[in-house]
Amino acid sequence: MAEKTLSPRRVLAELTYDAPSIKRGYAGQTLYVNLSDNTIAARPVTNLMKEKFIGGRGFDLYLLWHGVDDDTRWDDPENEIVISSGPCGGTTQYPGAGKSIAAAISPLTGVPIDSNAGGHFGPYLKFAGWDAIEVQGKAEQEVIVFVDAPAGRITIEEVPADAPTDTHVLGKWILEHYAESESDRQQMSFVSAGRGSEHSRMGCLNFSLYDRRRQDLRYKQAGRGGIGTVLRDKKVKALVVRTFPIAGNLNAPADLGLLQETGAEMHQEVHDYDPVQNRMRSRGTPYLVQIMDDYDLLPVHNFKFGTHPDTPKINGEVWEARLTQGLPDGCWYGCTVACAHAVDGYVVRSGPYKGQAVIVDGPEYETVAGVGSNCGIFEPDAILEINFYCDTYGIDTISFGTAMAFAMECYEAGILDEAKTGGLELTFGSADDAIEVLHQMARGDEFGRIFGMGIRGMQDYFVEHYGADAQFVRDIGMQAKGLEYSEYMTKESLAQQGGYGLTNKGPQHDEAWLIFMDMVNNELPTFEDKAEALHYFPMWRTWFGLCGFCKLPWNDVVHPKNKLSPEPQKIMHHVENYQKIYEGVTGTAVTLDDIITMSERVYNFQRVFNIRLGYGLRQHDAIPYRSAGPVTAEEYESRAERYDDQLREWLGLDPAQMSLEEKMAAHRQYRTERYQKLIDAVYARRGWSNDGVPTLEKLRQLGMDLPEVVAVVEKHL
Amino acid sequence: MKVLAFYPDRCVGCHICEEVCSQTWFKVTDRDKSRIRIQEHDDGSISALYCVQKGDCIDVCPVNALTRNKQGVVLLREKQCVGCLSCVGFCPYLAMIYHPDQSQPFKCVACGNCVDECPAGALEIVEVETPSAPGPQA
Ligand code: SF4
Ligand code: SF4
Ligand code: SF4
Repeated sequence: MAEKTLSPRRVLAELTYDAPSIKRGYAGQTLYVNLSDNTIAARPVTNLMKEKFIGGRGFDLYLLWHGVDDDTRWDDPENEIVISSGPCGGTTQYPGAGKSIAAAISPLTGVPIDSNAGGHFGPYLKFAGWDAIEVQGKAEQEVIVFVDAPAGRITIEEVPADAPTDTHVLGKWILEHYAESESDRQQMSFVSAGRGSEHSRMGCLNFSLYDRRRQDLRYKQAGRGGIGTVLRDKKVKALVVRTFPIAGNLNAPADLGLLQETGAEMHQEVHDYDPVQNRMRSRGTPYLVQIMDDYDLLPVHNFKFGTHPDTPKINGEVWEARLTQGLPDGCWYGCTVACAHAVDGYVVRSGPYKGQAVIVDGPEYETVAGVGSNCGIFEPDAILEINFYCDTYGIDTISFGTAMAFAMECYEAGILDEAKTGGLELTFGSADDAIEVLHQMARGDEFGRIFGMGIRGMQDYFVEHYGADAQFVRDIGMQAKGLEYSEYMTKESLAQQGGYGLTNKGPQHDEAWLIFMDMVNNELPTFEDKAEALHYFPMWRTWFGLCGFCKLPWNDVVHPKNKLSPEPQKIMHHVENYQKIYEGVTGTAVTLDDIITMSERVYNFQRVFNIRLGYGLRQHDAIPYRSAGPVTAEEYESRAERYDDQLREWLGLDPAQMSLEEKMAAHRQYRTERYQKLIDAVYARRGWSNDGVPTLEKLRQLGMDLPEVVAVVEKHL
Repeated sequence: MKVLAFYPDRCVGCHICEEVCSQTWFKVTDRDKSRIRIQEHDDGSISALYCVQKGDCIDVCPVNALTRNKQGVVLLREKQCVGCLSCVGFCPYLAMIYHPDQSQPFKCVACGNCVDECPAGALEIVEVETPSAPGPQA
């Protein structure tokens, strides 16, 4: 094996094993690692796990549930990081079938967070013989967990004090110390965070992939909810896996031919239609920036506005010119949608890595909108700088962007000033000062420490220490359940308010993205329609995370025939593809109803998990008023015509007879009540009580009346 | 570069080339494993599907498994290949072929074996600068 002795690798614990052969997408065991007492153990994947939890996010939540107590907090040793890809993860034939899903109790929300990433780790881990890795406990000194399948060995290793922490330098260090050859590099992947994760609650995980074209490491992020913070709290530098040579049949599918046929057809569809649709292959997700701006939906200045004249400076065309073109940029093998672009040779302009030429992975839409328009920063280089440092420091670009936008509005509102920020002038558009906050987070000093608590932490802090108006900071702080909003404007889409507010983990668009259906196409006119969409789409999308799929190839390129189908939003010809891939891998055919039920099981389990930890009730599904309507006069006036019309149309009021305050108050009352009515309708559709608790009947019907689940629910019904 | 040329007006539809090809590379007589596919259409016309070494696939392969050799022939290195079939979907001529018995696709490498066995002289190995679509090469 590639035993490198360049630096002392002190082994603290070791388990030898023979990697089992994979059967139809499952290795059949999970890996448990406890860093407090240096335990390494194999645990079987039970039939119950496969039947009710499938894999990926389902396995994560199942294992996490059984690892923690009712009162476990994010920084307790009992908290776990669980990573799993799911049965279809590692399929190479179909675009986007290699996601890893990570979960832990979140430092931001106090409930389980699930976050997915590309990169090679999850599938490699499975090929190395493990359907999931579960890391519990806290190490006394800095460690690496090394799963080395060809050597048949798993170790917890103490790493030397001089080993780097920031991902882009740590990655080089790992290759140097753990990989001997080009094939080792190809067969290895790791998960890491960075120094920013140590001093903030918004730490992300970086999932590496060795890019054989660039012959260099790249990283995709499981950004949301602070799992990187948990990793560093456990003193883990990296989880490293080395697996066997990669081939198209390592996942041992039941029917390779079915995968090949379905995949080849889909690749051809991408080839034919991507160039005339979203151009994901050349622009990636930033294609959305201009579209969002055109529809008044791009978050600008902390979600106050939906459009800005400078948007063309950071839209898809600009990124198309900056992103390296012509490389197959899939985040997993075989993704021809290939949105995982990069800017090669970016020269860092600030901080400890100033002057280095680096690869910036991205930026993706969320980053451009979050740290760009939402912070009033319309300078591509500044966005790249922030993107690079967020990644290497292990900070979620979405939480950073949304929290920075909040801090900037607080600064402009006088809640913050130069004395409180240590001399930073955090007005909208102050790119260099925003970048400085990032460096402070990495160092754990000055304003960066306060900022690193996230919006919920800052809200409390500003009220307590700076005498901020509690109502105002609540209204404008774009967090729900403690998690910062991802980057879509929801003010004019009630369904999307629910799409963010009625999530398990907090406001992240991967559960439901209904803005266009609701607001632009007006396809969800009634509460019942919205509730149906807020049932179907979150369940459909949850299934991706159970299996190891990426959502983008589902709806970011479509065959033109889709327009003629009865429900074009569901993109049924792709749903059918996924059914085939699932069947091709596992050997089990599934109907769409089966799929929804599979997701409902895990989704309701997660809801009950939240309740078990003291959240998950109706009160926790509240959203900040900024996401439902205009908080400030400035906001109202920016859309005065629309809002005045709505007063006439919705409430039969005559705006000409009303003061601005009265108009805003009328909107507020109406919009707030409307959201409550939406909650009623959605809970009813989901089979939850009026307080948001899954009913026993619902759990029974799903076969999820497991004793531990019922025990939690009974206390609340 | 070296490419296979096909003359539809000479082809008698015997499919011998397919058998020769699958024998050459898979040691079986199985049309589904041939790197050339003779297609007989409803209107009585005949065409052939096979690789003309255009090379669009080279750029879409995520793992550099496809390379062009000195003679201009595009080769697939099976050990490198991860079986993703990107090359299959991105070939303008649908000339990259797959079969469920193996994860790697396969393609014509202009070896010429089928040329020698074709009873109608409908196949030929030719040298061209820029290949045109499968068929006679200009
Ligand atoms: S669409 Fe993008 S994110 Fe999804 S698998 Fe492909 S490259 Fe990765
Ligand atoms: S199937 Fe093999 S040769 Fe074709 S693109 Fe994928 S890895 Fe490359
Ligand atoms: S030239 Fe060789 S590889 Fe190509 S079709 Fe004929 S026998 Fe097959």
